Formats: sequence, structure tokens, C-alpha cells
Amino acid sequence: MSENVLTTGPIGKTGSWFHRYANPGRFLRLVQPTLPWLAGISIILTVTGIVWGYAFAPADWQQGAAVRIMYVHVPAAWVAMAGYAALAACSLFSIVWRHPLADLAAEEIGPVGAGFTAVCLISGSLWGKPMWGAYWVWDARLTSVLILFFLYLGHIALIRAFDNPAHGHRAAAILALVGAINLPIIVFSVQWWNTLHQGNTISITGGSKIYITMLYPLIIGSLGFYLCFITLVCTRMCAAIMERRTRGLLLAAAERASHAAPTYAERAS
Amino acid sequence: MNLAPFIDGSYGVTAVFLLGIGIQTYHRYRRAAKRLGAVETR
Repeated sequence: MSENVLTTGPIGKTGSWFHRYANPGRFLRLVQPTLPWLAGISIILTVTGIVWGYAFAPADWQQGAAVRIMYVHVPAAWVAMAGYAALAACSLFSIVWRHPLADLAAEEIGPVGAGFTAVCLISGSLWGKPMWGAYWVWDARLTSVLILFFLYLGHIALIRAFDNPAHGHRAAAILALVGAINLPIIVFSVQWWNTLHQGNTISITGGSKIYITMLYPLIIGSLGFYLCFITLVCTRMCAAIMERRTRGLLLAAAERASHAAPTYAERAS
Repeated sequence: MNLAPFIDGSYGVTAVFLLGIGIQTYHRYRRAAKRLGAVETR
């Protein structure tokens, strides 16, 4: 454990707990066997949700068949926001406890989250044209999601912008934490401002304004998208851990070889 | 208005993204595991 890590008090004790149960080697041993299962379940749920939404869900009385875009747009939007929340949480763990896995997770969440945000923006744009008459409007919801996409891109770029990777992770973690303020703005933008984007249709506290035959494929598709995100990030983290281990082993072997080989002076004498 | 291009476009973009990132991630994982295995057995 790094000498900078706080090991006393409640925060320090929490940090020790995280370090004990989530070091990269233990993560690899724990997660690797679950990856085929995670991948299988996420493919089944995602394909079911997408096919159900595309081919079998009923058309909306106002929007007609265009409502089918909801079954990819809404899950992508939810995952984009949840992914950024996870990124901010990893950044907090990284800054407070210098957690090695948190940096690794943040690095792998970035590209996957940016991809889901891009899907959300493109599908939203394709939904906007037939409904609003424009692919894009500078509406509060659309603009705040575009900012989320730029935050993801900034995080990806900042991690790789320094010669010392630790500095890159630190700078990107600060950006991710500051950018987390955008999440409540996205969620409440449709309440705080008059927006072209429709208000919240689904509520976990009850009062959802969506019929059950539309809700089922949406929930199944969303679960599939969430699981896809988790599977992709975990797989990429495992790959990153193995890549680091390979680099370490190759470096150690090169160092051993350089010590074992006789120097020029030894060979000359 | 013909809605099919908008609906198909949304699903197409989603499918291309999911398949693309899935295949890329799978190949990266396989390559990393293969290289680590080769280095460990050296």
C-alpha cells in the first residue's frame, strides 16, 4: 500500500477494507469466472428487449411507430448517466484512497460510457426529426447530455495526456468529480426549464405514465444494457490487469537478463 | 412521414455500437490472456 494512503480513522479503515477485498489480482480471480455468465445473460436480455421493442411493442397513439426508438434511446441514456456516476465514484475512491482498481475502472468506464452517450444522442436526434421537425435543438436536456459526452471525451483524453500515468489519472479524476454536477442537471432539466424534450415518464416512486405493454420491453432492454455495460467494463478491466502483469513480467525478465549478462569490461578482461 | 429510416437508423447505430465494442473488447481480452500465458510459461 502506498505511504500516502490514510490508514487510521473511519476513512482510513474503509480504505484498508477496499484494498484488502479489491486488489487487481483478487479482482481478476473473482470476476474472470463470472464473465461468460454475465456476457450470456446480457446478450439474452439486450436482444430480447431490442427485438420486442422493434417488432412487437405497440405503437403510441400520438407518436405512432416512432416510439420504438424509445427502446434503445432511453436505456442508452440511463446507462450513460449511471456510467458517469460510476466514473465519479471511482474517481472519489482514487483521490481519497489511491485505490489501484479505481483508476483502472475509471480508465475503462470512459470509452464505454462515451459510446452509450453517443448512441443516446444519435438515437435522440433521429427521434427528434419526425417529432419536432429538427435533428437538434439547444434544449436543456439535449445540451446537458451533449456536455456529458464532452466530459467523457475530456476524461479519456486527460488520462492519456501526461507522461506519468498517475498524474493523468489524478487530473481525470478531478474532472470526473467536478463534472458529476451535470448529472442532477440532466435529470431535473425537464422540470427546471421549459424544454422541448418530454418530461419524466417513468418513476421508481410510482406514477409512471407508460402502459405495461411498453414498460416490459423497456425494462428488459434497460437491464440488458446495464449488464452489457458491466460486462464490457469488467472484461476490459481484466484485460488491462493482464496487460499490466505481462508488461511487469517482461520488464522483470529484461532486468534479470541485463544483470546476468557480462558487462563489456568483464568480457574484455 | 415515413418513419422507417429513423427507427431503423436508431436500431442500426445501437447494434453497430454494441457489436463493435463487444467484439473489440473480446479480442482485447483474448489477446491479453494469450500474451500473459505465453510470458508466464517462458
